Amino acid sequence: MSDQTDPVRSVQWEGQTAVIAVQGDIDLTTSKGFQESSLAVLARRPQRVVVDLSGVPYMDSSGIASLVKLLSRARRQDTAVVLAALNDRTRGLLEITRLDTVFEIRPTVKEALAQP
Amino acid sequence: MIFSPDRPVQMRVYSVPSHLRVVRAAIEKVCELVDLDDAAAGRIVLSVDEALTNVIRHAYGEAEDKPIDVSIALVGEESDAALEIRLRDFGPPVDPSQIRGRDLADVRPGGLGVHIIQECMDVVEYRPAEGGGTLLVLRRALTGGQAGDGT
Repeated sequence: MSDQTDPVRSVQWEGQTAVIAVQGDIDLTTSKGFQESSLAVLARRPQRVVVDLSGVPYMDSSGIASLVKLLSRARRQDTAVVLAALNDRTRGLLEITRLDTVFEIRPTVKEALAQP
Repeated sequence: MIFSPDRPVQMRVYSVPSHLRVVRAAIEKVCELVDLDDAAAGRIVLSVDEALTNVIRHAYGEAEDKPIDVSIALVGEESDAALEIRLRDFGPPVDPSQIRGRDLADVRPGGLGVHIIQECMDVVEYRPAEGGGTLLVLRRALTGGQAGDGT
C-alpha cells in the first residue's frame, strides 16, 4: 500500500503570480506529491511562483530536492521562484545545504507578493 | 538516568516512509526530555530521518516490508553526555569509505542526506552488524557539540 500524499492545499493566482500553499510535512511521504503539483503549476507559465511554507512544520532532503527541481525548471522558462514564511528549522536546513543563497526567501507571503 | 544504555528506548519500524514520522516524533520527545534546545533537537531529528531514508532507498531499494531497529540512549557522563541513536538494518553490507557527501556547489536535486548527517552529528559510524546488515551509530553531545549550530 502506497502512503504517498500531496501536501499542496491550494494554488491562488495574483495576476501572473501563483501562490502555492503547502500544509504539513514535506518528507519522503509527501515530496513526490508536492513536486508533481508544483510542476503542474509551473506548466501554466506564471511569471513568478511563491511557495507558502507557513504551514510546513518539517522538511527533509526529499523536500529540498523537490524545491531544487522546481527552481531549475522555472529558470529554464524565466519564472521566478520565491520561498515564503519558512520556520527556523526549514531555514536551517537550507543553510546546512547552502541553498539559502540559491533560493529567494521572504519572511511572509505578503512581502513575497510586494516585490516588483 | 533515563534512557541509559541499559534502558534505551527501542523500537522496530519497517521501511515504509510514513514510519519515519513515528521515529521523528519519538526522537523529538526524547530531545525534549533531556532538555536539548530546539535547534539541536531539529538537527538530530533531521539526521535520523535522513539516515532512515538512506536505508529505505539504498539498503532496501524502497521495498516497504523490511525491518529497521532503532535504539535511543544517553551515553557518557556529565560534560561528556551525548544522545546516541543506533539504526540497524538487515540489508547488504555497505563500504563506509563509499559513503560521502557530494559537492554542494553543484545545485541539483538529491544526494544531500549524507552531508546533512555529517553536518549535524558529532559522531557518524557505519559498522557491520552482527548477523548481517549495517549498524549506524549517531551521537551528538548534549552540550558543546561540534555539529553545525553552535550548541
